[in-house]
Amino acid sequence: MTDRAEIKAGRLAPAEYERNFVDVKPSLTPTAALVEASRCHFCYDAPCVAACPTGIDIPQFIAKISTNNVRGAAIEILKENIFGGACARVCPTEVLCEEVCVRMDQEAQPVQIGRLQRYATDFMMTEGGQPFKRGEPTKSKVAIVGAGPAGLSCAHRLSTLGHDVVVFDARSKAGGLNEYGIAAYKMPDNFAQKELAFILDIGGIELRTGQTLGRDVSLAELQEKYDAVFIAVGLGAARNLAVEGGDLKGVLPAVDYISDLRQSTNYQTLPVADKIVVVGGGNTAIDIAAQSKCLGAEHVTIAYRRGPDEMSATQHEQQFAQTNGVVIRHWVTPHEVIGKDGNVAAIELERTQLDENGNAVGTGEYERLDADIIFAAMGQVMMADALATRDDGILAMIEGRISVDETMQTSVAGIYAGGDCVKSGQDLTVQSVQDGKIAAASIDKFLRQ
Amino acid sequence: MADLRSNFVGIKSPNPFWLASAPPTDKAYNVVRAYEAGWGGVVWKTLGEDPPIANVSSRYGAVSYNNQQIAGLSNIELITDRPLQVNLDEIKQVKRDWPDRALVVSLMVPCEEDNWARILKRVEETEADGVELNFGCPHGMSERGMGAAVGQVPEYIEMVARWAKKHTRMPVVVKLTPNVTNILTPARAAKAGGADAVSLINTINSITQVDLDIMAPEPVVNGKGAHGGYCGPAVKPIALCMVGDISRDAECAGLPISGIGGVETWRDAAEFIALGSGPVQICTAAMHHGFRIVEDMIDGLSNWMDQKEYATINAWRGAAVPNYVNWGDLDMNYEIVARIDQDLCIKCGLCHIACEDTSHQAISRAQENGGQYEVIDEECVGCNLCMHVCPVVDCITMEQVQNGKPYTVWADDPRNPDNMKAAE
Repeated sequence: MTDRAEIKAGRLAPAEYERNFVDVKPSLTPTAALVEASRCHFCYDAPCVAACPTGIDIPQFIAKISTNNVRGAAIEILKENIFGGACARVCPTEVLCEEVCVRMDQEAQPVQIGRLQRYATDFMMTEGGQPFKRGEPTKSKVAIVGAGPAGLSCAHRLSTLGHDVVVFDARSKAGGLNEYGIAAYKMPDNFAQKELAFILDIGGIELRTGQTLGRDVSLAELQEKYDAVFIAVGLGAARNLAVEGGDLKGVLPAVDYISDLRQSTNYQTLPVADKIVVVGGGNTAIDIAAQSKCLGAEHVTIAYRRGPDEMSATQHEQQFAQTNGVVIRHWVTPHEVIGKDGNVAAIELERTQLDENGNAVGTGEYERLDADIIFAAMGQVMMADALATRDDGILAMIEGRISVDETMQTSVAGIYAGGDCVKSGQDLTVQSVQDGKIAAASIDKFLRQ
Repeated sequence: MADLRSNFVGIKSPNPFWLASAPPTDKAYNVVRAYEAGWGGVVWKTLGEDPPIANVSSRYGAVSYNNQQIAGLSNIELITDRPLQVNLDEIKQVKRDWPDRALVVSLMVPCEEDNWARILKRVEETEADGVELNFGCPHGMSERGMGAAVGQVPEYIEMVARWAKKHTRMPVVVKLTPNVTNILTPARAAKAGGADAVSLINTINSITQVDLDIMAPEPVVNGKGAHGGYCGPAVKPIALCMVGDISRDAECAGLPISGIGGVETWRDAAEFIALGSGPVQICTAAMHHGFRIVEDMIDGLSNWMDQKEYATINAWRGAAVPNYVNWGDLDMNYEIVARIDQDLCIKCGLCHIACEDTSHQAISRAQENGGQYEVIDEECVGCNLCMHVCPVVDCITMEQVQNGKPYTVWADDPRNPDNMKAAE
């Protein structure tokens, strides 16, 4: 980062790092899993199934856990969501399946579906073997750009359908946000790579990393060489802090630092500031704030321009950050970043309130927070310049993302897109997996025409 | 506080909670701990002739249900494995130290009058309150012509009961095996033989589960398993039925009963007593949780009796017997339908799918507003299944349909073919 005294590595004792980055929600023991599974009523037409973007038959997999058919439970999950292990760790279940659990009405305590899912999928990864088989070869070849949850979900499904798949990814490792973006304590022990190995184990999927679309490989070329293309590149650049001083040294994109942290093998060597302000209200804001505290930052404040209900980070996530010592300031928006000797020194925030149209507007009241580092966590934008097609066309966009129909087909036949680079639902891992599944089914249909 | 005292064929105890003849009553140490905990009486684990029997290990198989341990327990343990005189000495001492508690001695010897005469004489010397003839154990001893081998032959029951009455002044209780076609036959035989009372049920022939690795019934003894005797909460309904059958039988009229089988709580005990039982005997619940369970049994029964304003147990003993009738005595005109409390409903849909798949298609699911479940009155036959599958207390209740029709039994029902013929 810099050589400033306020920003330094090794703030904590080794044991503290270990404690701070331990699995935030460890796997249930067999006994605990049986007890929890027994709480499921095995609802008919269960609301949790409808609330799951991938439509996992949740009562069925829980019933299988309760009879100790853990392998069967895992297959029940993985056949709908090949990233069942990752989703068990990162899904905001409190606003998905668990929010609508009938036990909420009964006792305000849902069946812990996410943790049961983790119990079953962990079993599969460690001792269940490979349950999926490659389909009868079709001789079709599909290119997938992006080796995150959407791309790999699509690749896996296509492989089960017999198609050959080549997956391109700009980074040096596959996995996408599971590898580079999710908070470390949600996915410790190199889980993203273990899950990747499990997914690729089916065969028929070739991985080409270090291949950036528009630089190393072009869409037109992929159209030429492959029978279909699936674009799952996610989002690109982080939004800048577009205020005066927003370009000062020490104003950083949160996603870059999280990526560094995820790739670090020794947290003690990661420099972290004394005073940090995070601008944003999503999971990235929570993740960078909480992880900064875990690395030993003294003062971490999240500044968000609306109230707690409007934050895209769930209540549960907000509380997690607060429990870890993060201060969340609602109803403030950056006005100016104040520098000293070319470095960030403070941020001037303006208080906000809702106007009659429901927009957050400044009140003209200001306050200043000292800051050594400011993390921008206000979302990322789609980088559309690499999307030129064979006929010098460009894929149609909508609201800054690739436009797709309900089959995930783009404006160009044979090109499909999914994951965060389209707007199919919430920007969640589980939604990306579903996008990939739908796209695979559409591509399969397209290829067999 | 209600008076819980019990007087069962002259055997007095401060409460109706006795420990059944089983491992918890095998020796003075356990029995004293039970008395200290508050148990009203014990039936000492079955004595036999010397040399004592030998046991195997393991001895228990259990059924767990939905993570609850021991919904049912099966054992292949035999009678006491201690020398007769050791037991007799301890019984004498314990009775002397605890004069207010019931102490009944269970017995099992070969089917010869001399053998019974001999052991009864020796038990009498202990000043125990009575004897229970073990004609019930279905495993092990039955292969040697004792236990259930006697209890399954009414003539033997009558004969041995008669011997017992002839050779002792102590009250004689005959413990019955449920492994028979009709429990009334052995009960009537016991009465004919002069027994003062019967106790039931002993354990039921069982294999609790099969070890799928070893491929043998549990409990597995070096690769093999034998059938055991089943007891615990799972057998309570069977025991209640048999106790009720004897209570309402004209031939058995006045025959005192000590109910046994799956009693875990004061409420279970109250149900046995309501069907005519005297003191109830408990074993599995104590083996599962320890003797301290008797505290709530005493306290709970007493509180319930206070609420109901019953001063003594005799005030309500057998109160449910007149209402235990044959199917042919039920009212054919009584109608109920299910009612779903929409405020309590959590929309799990279990009532709907149970009715839809397996019963009368009488609960509809609305497609709109989150899928509300409604009873279709015309289709509902009042079977109660929905009420039982509903996980929410009081959400589904059964409401009587006021049809103004009189109490009519099947014999008088116009749908009875006999009546149809008569009407022609």
